[in-house]
Amino acid sequence: MSQTWVTPGGVHPPENKHQSLTQSIGVLPLPEKLVVPLNQHIGAPAIPCVEVGQKVLKGEVIAKAAGTVSIPMHAPSSGVVSAIEHRPIAHASGMLAPCIEITTDGEDRWIAHEGVDDYELLAPRKLLEIIANAGISGMGGAGFPSAVKLNPGRQRPIHTLIVNATECEPYITADDSAIRERAAEIVEGIKILSAILDHPDNIFIGIEDNKPEAIEALAPHVEGTGISVVSFPTKYPSGGEKQLIYILTGKEIPSGKLPADLGMVCINIGTTYAIKRAVVNGEPLISRVTTVTGDAAGVQRNYETLIGTPVSHLLAHSAFDEKACSRVIMGGPMMGFTLPSADVPIVKTTNCILAPSYAEIPDDEPAQPCIRCGMCAEACPVSLLPQQLFWYSQAQDHERLEAHNLFDCIECGACSYVCPSNIPLVQYYRASKSEIRKARAEKVKSDHARERFEFHKLRMEQAEREKEEKRTARREAALQASAAPSNPSSSVPSSSAADIIAAAQARAAAKQATPEQQQAQLERTIAAAEQRLIVAEQKLAEAIEKGSANQSVLSAAVENTRQKLEQAKAKLAELTA
Amino acid sequence: MIELIAQNPILAALIALVGLAIIFGALLGFAAEKFKVEGNPIVEQIDELLPQTQCGQCGFPGCRPYAESIANGDAINKCPPGGQATINAIASLLDVPAPELDEEHGQESPVRTVAYIREDECIGCTKCIQACPVDAILGAAKLMHTVIADECTGCDLCVEPCPVDCIDMLPVAETLTDWNWSIPKKPGQLIATDTRGELSHAHTQGGGA
Repeated sequence: MSQTWVTPGGVHPPENKHQSLTQSIGVLPLPEKLVVPLNQHIGAPAIPCVEVGQKVLKGEVIAKAAGTVSIPMHAPSSGVVSAIEHRPIAHASGMLAPCIEITTDGEDRWIAHEGVDDYELLAPRKLLEIIANAGISGMGGAGFPSAVKLNPGRQRPIHTLIVNATECEPYITADDSAIRERAAEIVEGIKILSAILDHPDNIFIGIEDNKPEAIEALAPHVEGTGISVVSFPTKYPSGGEKQLIYILTGKEIPSGKLPADLGMVCINIGTTYAIKRAVVNGEPLISRVTTVTGDAAGVQRNYETLIGTPVSHLLAHSAFDEKACSRVIMGGPMMGFTLPSADVPIVKTTNCILAPSYAEIPDDEPAQPCIRCGMCAEACPVSLLPQQLFWYSQAQDHERLEAHNLFDCIECGACSYVCPSNIPLVQYYRASKSEIRKARAEKVKSDHARERFEFHKLRMEQAEREKEEKRTARREAALQASAAPSNPSSSVPSSSAADIIAAAQARAAAKQATPEQQQAQLERTIAAAEQRLIVAEQKLAEAIEKGSANQSVLSAAVENTRQKLEQAKAKLAELTA
Repeated sequence: MIELIAQNPILAALIALVGLAIIFGALLGFAAEKFKVEGNPIVEQIDELLPQTQCGQCGFPGCRPYAESIANGDAINKCPPGGQATINAIASLLDVPAPELDEEHGQESPVRTVAYIREDECIGCTKCIQACPVDAILGAAKLMHTVIADECTGCDLCVEPCPVDCIDMLPVAETLTDWNWSIPKKPGQLIATDTRGELSHAHTQGGGA
């Protein structure tokens, strides 16, 4: 057995895991409607590629990935797309989000699909493509697209693959039961991961020692594979990525860095099962193991649940007693959140639906003043100072919060759990984190606005300057023009109308030709006019003969031509006189 | 020389002091030239804190002129878009008490707004384009205009010049990505007189839930 390290802090809440482990993983009857949210993962929401009224088969793509950090969505069962609209989803805000609703037809008919026979022969790139197309995102909690996580790039070679089977949060047994029943497939999934990551030196399955059955189930399958199952003492929260890496390797991931920066990748064990199903069986991620537990649920067990199944459907088949239930929680008692309504759908990260009785999880008691006992600091698995952060959160002192590494808080809830004053510490941290994020976003926006404003000002000034330059240029040109042609002897600068008229007359005079030329021109004019007159008179005579309507027009034309001829003759006489 | 100094301690002291004064004067003069600070750094810092809406509600043509004016001793509570948060930040920067927002210049709006042009009604007069301090309105003469919502600072300046009143200031809807957890109520108000108002309020709201 390999060495393990011990993380600081941590708590030991009652495990309450046995209740849901008495039965094997069950299958629910098909719900009438499945609601698939388009954003079940970290990254951009998927883009719908089906229309309302369209028939879909089980496993058919209903929404495409929007970019690299995104995943596609698949129809969890066959049926008809009955709505693409905003619906309530599993989010603490209770806000609506875009979803695709499928009315199932009860046939549960698969789309044609086939797996890969020998994944060892396939290039890692191809395998990653299969994983991305199968819509697989981390199933442990955050929901980061797995294909992105498994592709850290050439400059970050991976030497250690860690499979997270810790499942440290009370009540949840989804991974535990999956390992017990599907150990062979899980190990095969890990082998696929190993092939993708070019066979890392170390492959660990990290598992708490409160799951002896699971460890036993894994043992025969990992023999001779180079995969080591490492069990360690149960403590909450050991399942955080950074915590587990420390427990197994003794290495701390620096603040703001990723495990891949240290050559490690950490994958949830449920995800490895989904990866096996995608690669070997060709099935996209359309269902997952979800625990239904809590004393208000008559039947406490794990179900293979289709993504999009309403929580109310799960509870209805678990002899749920609504009156005895203090609240319905998605996730565990430590990190989960109370659902705004039981109509929200199960998503790819839903590992547990907890329906506790009032005795199990009573209503929140009013918070009392902090007595500076320091128990939170002892419980913190990241060695932060929770009470200090609490004071600064109240004061909204963002600078100090950041200086005290608020962003390293994993929101595990250990501090709130031990707090004798019932202070909802994590809520303070969450609120402060989002305040700081918001302030940062606003800063970026205001810097951007300033840049644009300054550019706008610059542009306006430049336009004004150019206009002014043009104006002065025009004024100068006008000055020069008026100064140049005017009589230099004239003492008055030319500006009067008389001057302008004189100038125009001078121009006209300059155009006048010599008398000989004028005479020749007039003679030509007379000759042409005589010719035209003859033609016009002929036309008039023809018109009169035929009695056509345009006699008057033609006679006017004749008269006109005759007048012009006479004028020209008069001018010629004048000139020769 | 040494003898003279030894015999006249007052003169010696004078010479020493004058000498020191010359040396340090030269040093300071050199430093003032060498490490000269361009512009007024306090103006930059104040400008950083202002919201950059460029709305002019403070009476200055933009955020920077107001920052300059604050640096010269103007009141710090004339910025409605920044609200109390900005006033507090500037107060702590300048180490002065934080006053309330001056109502004369407008009221702090709890929701961010952006301009929206009802495009059917737009006549394409370009007046709003000229009014926009951040070039966030797109369009040409006699053609429809539209607002680039991501660039709009919600300053209101385009609403007034529009001759057909087709510009609305619409609140920005909260989405899942910018939803925030809220800070819980302050703990520890257990003494009856402290919590009387709050608790009775909570009871009527809770309704036995």
